[in-house]
Formats: sequence, structure tokens, C-alpha cells
Amino acid sequence: MKDLSYSDRRGFLRRSIAIVPAATAFGAGGVTGAALAQATAPAPAAAPAASPGAAYSPVYFNADEWKFVQAAVARLIPSDDTGPGGIEAGVPEFIDRQMEGAFGHAATWYMQGPFVEVSPLFGYQKKMPPREVYRAGIAATDAHCRKQYADRPFAQLSAAQQDEVLKGLEGGSITLDGVGATDFFGFLLQNTKEGYFSDPIHGGNKNAAAWKMIGFPGARADYADWVDRPGVKYNLPPVSIAGPQG
Amino acid sequence: MANIRKPGVDAVLVGFGWTGAIMGMELTAAGLKVLALERGENRDTQPDFAYPRITDELSYGIRGKLFQNLSRETVTIRHTPAEIAVPYRQLASFLPGDGVGGAGVHWNGHHWRPLPSDLRIRSTYEERYGRKFIPEGMTIQDFGVSYEELEPHFDQFEKICGTSGKAGNIGGKIQPGGNPFEGARANEFPLPPLASVNSAKLFEKAARELGYHPFPQAAANASRAYTNPHGAQLGPCNFCGFCERYGCYMYSKASPQTTLLPVLMKRPNFELRTRSHVLRVNMSPDGKRATGVTYVDAEGNEVEQPADLVVLCAYQLHNVRLLMLSNIGKRYDPATGEGVVGRNYAYQLNGGASLFFDKEQPMNPFVGAGASGSVIDDFDGDNFDHGPLGFVGGATINSINTGGRPIQQMSLPPGAPAWGAGWKKAVKENYLYMASVGSQGSVMAYRDNYLDLDPTYKDVHGQPLLRMTFDWKDNDLAMTQFIGTKVEQIARAMGPKQLKMNFQKAGAHYDVRYYQSTHNTGGAPMGTDPKTSAVNRFLQVWDVPNVFVMGASAFPQNFGYNPTGMVGALAYWSAKAIREQYLKNPGALA
Repeated sequence: MKDLSYSDRRGFLRRSIAIVPAATAFGAGGVTGAALAQATAPAPAAAPAASPGAAYSPVYFNADEWKFVQAAVARLIPSDDTGPGGIEAGVPEFIDRQMEGAFGHAATWYMQGPFVEVSPLFGYQKKMPPREVYRAGIAATDAHCRKQYADRPFAQLSAAQQDEVLKGLEGGSITLDGVGATDFFGFLLQNTKEGYFSDPIHGGNKNAAAWKMIGFPGARADYADWVDRPGVKYNLPPVSIAGPQG
Repeated sequence: MANIRKPGVDAVLVGFGWTGAIMGMELTAAGLKVLALERGENRDTQPDFAYPRITDELSYGIRGKLFQNLSRETVTIRHTPAEIAVPYRQLASFLPGDGVGGAGVHWNGHHWRPLPSDLRIRSTYEERYGRKFIPEGMTIQDFGVSYEELEPHFDQFEKICGTSGKAGNIGGKIQPGGNPFEGARANEFPLPPLASVNSAKLFEKAARELGYHPFPQAAANASRAYTNPHGAQLGPCNFCGFCERYGCYMYSKASPQTTLLPVLMKRPNFELRTRSHVLRVNMSPDGKRATGVTYVDAEGNEVEQPADLVVLCAYQLHNVRLLMLSNIGKRYDPATGEGVVGRNYAYQLNGGASLFFDKEQPMNPFVGAGASGSVIDDFDGDNFDHGPLGFVGGATINSINTGGRPIQQMSLPPGAPAWGAGWKKAVKENYLYMASVGSQGSVMAYRDNYLDLDPTYKDVHGQPLLRMTFDWKDNDLAMTQFIGTKVEQIARAMGPKQLKMNFQKAGAHYDVRYYQSTHNTGGAPMGTDPKTSAVNRFLQVWDVPNVFVMGASAFPQNFGYNPTGMVGALAYWSAKAIREQYLKNPGALA
């Protein structure tokens, strides 16, 4: 079955292998595949190296919604001595960008009706895509807070009160008008963790700080010489698809 | 009514993943003019899986860039025939592929052969435990093809893939270091096993000390540079940790792209048309022969494609649906137990333990390959005495580290909070020190677990969605509970400081919201009796001899292994029958 025309492919393979395993050859020495990637990768969609707290203007969320998202993220992943909080990590920016992308629009979900109420075991079965769940969820949570807490929206509550509200949404003891509290909280928590741990090219995990905290090397993706080292902690800092971080 | 009619071909392949590529190779080698229709995009290592973009966990692992786009088509799911099924709206429990290479692009490369007894499961249980051992409503049946018949094709597919492993049984002689329970092989694996990651070393030692028989997982991730029998070259795996859910940037994971397409795409008697969605197989007026297929092309034209031979090579769910949409074969009816298309849908029932080690034992979890690890087969298939246990089936138990991607693969000890300062502390303290032991368990076939067409929901082309009626049954839940005790025993022996067990309890219901397995099987089962099988032992439709149906839709029930080794071997077995028998005398194969 030998096919002679295959030599073209071999030549191609040799050329590409000559590029790719450069990462393998130098991985242990501290020069990584991602350094190479920096030269060839397209520029990320937004500056990933924005410093903590740098202003980002939300595209999807309005001013009140943006306050809510920042306040909620600050409680879901608070800033403390353990490592970066969700705010320094740029999680709100990540979530805002997700609202404008395929996820926010549920672009790859089956969204045809009828929408039937069934056991939660069958997954999210509502008509609203995530971006509408956020919009309705934030408005309804703020309305709940104003009623419960002397006309103050979520962002103006104390940390302890905010935690109480988030727990109420998580467990379903708070019910919201027009949107499922657990659906809303589920998306919010999922997206917060995504923003914290995804590659900085998506707007969160600024300076790969969350990766540094846990020890994940990110886009290095080249560990042949680390397979057989029991008891030795990997020692190189993370890199992003866009290159070295921080 | 088609608005374009294309010139005829000898054979049309519907779907272009593993089985489409294998059939393409084999039928073009026989001199046929072959056309493959793939509804997704064309994809290749360069540029689609290139470094560094492929290391994007969010886009590939979480948002599923390489998976089926459910906005166009999905399945509906319910637990029992009495319920209304609802759409599987977001990908979670299973992840069908999309585009050239199909799920063969984003698999992990666990390369298994079933046990000889798996292929004659009903006979095996009746002989060993008596007829009454198989519970009422369990519709398991023999495959109708033996391990010995398939052996050359298991061997062939391993050589195509450059599979890395250690044989346990060569010609009936047990080999140290391999799986002593496996069927006899003619040959050793083409490549030696992958190196063993930290967690797998602990598993191997613990399992051996407990008296079990650990061996390296056979991996379609090349452990060395390799040239396959077609001349396609694979590079050695670098343990990048982006395997399952990703394409391989290193040309290490066997896929249609790395092993077959470089040759097939150059053959003058082969043509691929992507973005071509097949609506139905067209039939002659008497319903006895297929005349070709009708598909929708990228521009939305409806195209009639005549062909002498039609081979369904799509994912299991799609093959079954296409048979139904084309009115091929008698539809299964759970009320009477009659009919064959849609019958014996099965899945897998998996469990796992998360292990957390202390600071002296970093696991570096990101150092992983799709199939790097150690496994035991002691409690799988009929490798142990089921008599006192009372259930049918079993599971492989393994410690395989595919990576440490932090969104998807973070696990936390019992009691860790889901958010807040406590969550952050837990991820910081445990990430580098986590490992896992998993089980992959069989699911048997049952009278009321089946597939048909949904009466309500439609795809983008207006055709009914496939409807899945499926729930866990007592037999399989008893299996996984038993396996859980073994997993816990091994996991504890590995010496973690903390352990979290995750096994389904008695009475549990199928929950589609989290990933379990893309090993959906059945619905067009193979066999030797046209009353209980949709295709014969050569994967040929009983009633329509010029239609063949590849893939795991042919499994009459599911075993405790990954299906791809069997799916590849069955495609070669079927192709051989087409080449050596069918083409000489196109009719029903005996």
C-alpha cells in the first residue's frame, strides 16, 4: 500500500517538525515554545497585559449592571493574601466579552422551542440565552436587594450581605422575577471561574496571575522531559498563547 | 426534490471520520470511484491544530470548537418511554465531533480490543452462569463476529495508528507487563508504551501490591517517531496535556489526518466534499436497493448524488437517524420488542476517585497525554466471577492523566467550598497535588433503552431530531457500586492525604449536565439474526445489501473499553468483505 506521492507530505512534516519541537529541545532550559509563539501568533483581541484595575469599558453591560458584575466577582473570588482576586484578574472584562460572543448568544446551543419544564437533570431548558439571563438576573437581584436591604442595590451591600444574597441565589432560597436564580448564579459562577483560569487572550487571568498562583504553566504544552521526575515540582512560570506574562 | 443531480460514483461515504477514512482507503485501493460527503469543515493539523492556538482551554475544551454545533442539530433525551423528551441543548454528557476527522480528531487515543468473551456475551453468561442469570428486559446479544476473525484487523488498525503499548498475550503465551486477560494477539504493539506519569506510577505499584495486574494503557499517542504501513509519519508525544477535546499539534495522536488522509487525499479516484449534509439515502421504488443519497451543499442547494454503494460512516447517533430518515430497516418498537433500527442503545457508566497528595508529592498534573497511564482489567468483562455478585458486566480501572487544564480538570477535596476565599485557598493548595483513579464501565442493552425519531423537535433542515430514551438500570448501577469499592481500595493504597469518591448510587438517574463519555453505542446492532440486528456480521443492512453501516452503532451493548479500536477493526473487516465478496457479486453477504 506504499504510496510514493507521500514524499511531499514527508517533506512538509520534516519542515513543520523542525519548528515545533524547538519547544521540546529547549523546554527545560527556560526558553519555551510560547516564546516562539510570540513571534508567530496573531495579536490578541484585547491587550492582555492591562494592569490590575485598569479601566475597561463594558460593551454589553450598562453602568448599573457593570457595578453588579464587579461586586459579585469580588465576592466569588475575593482579593486576599492567597492570590489575585477576580477583579485584579480581569474577570468582569472576560464576562462582558463573553456576553458579546457565541456563548452570550447561545450561538451553538439548540434554542428551538417548545421550551418544556422538566427535571434539572436534562440541563438548561429555557428560552433566554446567557446574556439575557444576566440582564434579567442582575435587575431582579438588585430589585430583591432594594426590597430586603433598605433600597440598596447589590453593589452597595456589605460583603457579608452580598455573600448572603449569593448563597440565596445559589441554593434557590431567593427566587427572582422572570429568571431562574440558580440558572443565573450557575452562569455567573461558571463564567467567573472561566475568566479566572482561561488564557489571558480572553480578557481575564491578567498577567496569568491565577495560573501563577496554582502552578499551571499555561500554553507551554511541552513536558516530555518532565514525565519521569517524581517528587519534583515543575519550576517554570506560565506563558500565554500571546507570549510570556508579567 | 433535488435541484442538482451529480454524476454517479461507485461508492458514497456519508461522514468522514475514522470509518470514512478507512473505507475511503480500502475502496479506492479496490479501484472504486469513491466520494466522501462530510457536513462539517475541512481540518488538518496545519493550520487548524497548530501551536499555540490549540492550547486554548476556553475555546476548545470548554466552548467545544471541534464539536458538533447543536444549534443545527441535536438529539432529544428522556428517561422512559412515558416521558416527553427534551433537547440536549448544550454539549455536556457526550461530545460528538464535527468536520473532517470527526471525533477521531479530539479523542484521547485509548486503544483497546474487546475481550473474546465481550463479542459473545450472551453465550458466555449463559454457559457460565445459566440462562436465568441474565435479568428480564436485558436484551444483550452476541456480536456475530468472533475475536479470532477480527484479530488481523485489530492488528492492522494498531499498525495504522502506531499504537504504543505492551502485549499481554501473544499467540496464547502470557507476556509479563501486559494485560494477561486480553485475547491472543499475533503481534506485539507497533511501539513501546508511553512513559509513565507520576500518578500512574503510584497506581501501578498499589495495584500490583494488591494482587491485581496493572499494565500500560495502549495509546494511539506515539511514544516514538513512527512511520505507518501507508508511509504516514507520526512524531513522539510530548505530554502537552491538550489531547482529548483538542487536535494534536505534534502529529502524535493517531487521527484520520495523521494516518490516512495524507495518502487518501491524493488518490485520483477519491473525492471529498465538505459542508455537505446528507438528508437521506435514496431508495429504489421497491425499497430493496439504495440509489444514492441526497445532500444539502454549502450554498443550500439540494443535491442528488447517485451511487452504487452507500456506506454510512457518521457518528453512531447520526447513522441511526439516517437509517430512520431513509426508512431503511424496520423501526424498533419497545412495546413489542420487534424491529431493529433504534434497538439496543447503550452508553457507559463511569466513576472515579480524586486523590490529593501532600507537598512532598507534586503530581504536576499538566504533564499528561490522552492515554498516558496504568490500567487493570481484573474487574472488567468476564475476567472475574459474577456468580456471587449477580450483575452482568464490569469496568476497567485506571489512573490516566490527560492533563491539568484548570477550568475543566480542577478537582477539590471533600468539603471545599464552590466559591469565595475558601475556594481560592483550596485550588491553590491542591492543584499541583491532585491525581485521579477512574473506572470505565459497561452498560448493557435493555428493552426500553432505545432510539427513535422525536415527534416535535426538528433540525435546521426541518427533519425530526433523533430521540434517545435512556436511563441507568439496576444491573449497571450494581456494577459501578462494586467497582467503586475496588477503586477506593487502590486509591487508598496510593497514599493520598485526602480522597473524594464519585460513583453513581443505586436508583440514580442519567444526568446529561456533566461530561461522562462520548461512547454512545447501538441503534443499528450487528448480529446473525435479522429479527434482532439491523446489520449482518459484515455491517451490511439485512434488507438493503448495497448499504453498509460502520461505527459503534453496530455494538449490540457496550463494554468497559473505549470503542475506537473495535470501530476501526470492524471497518477493516467490513471493507475486506466488500472487496473480496460483495464487489464480485453485489448482494447479501452470507
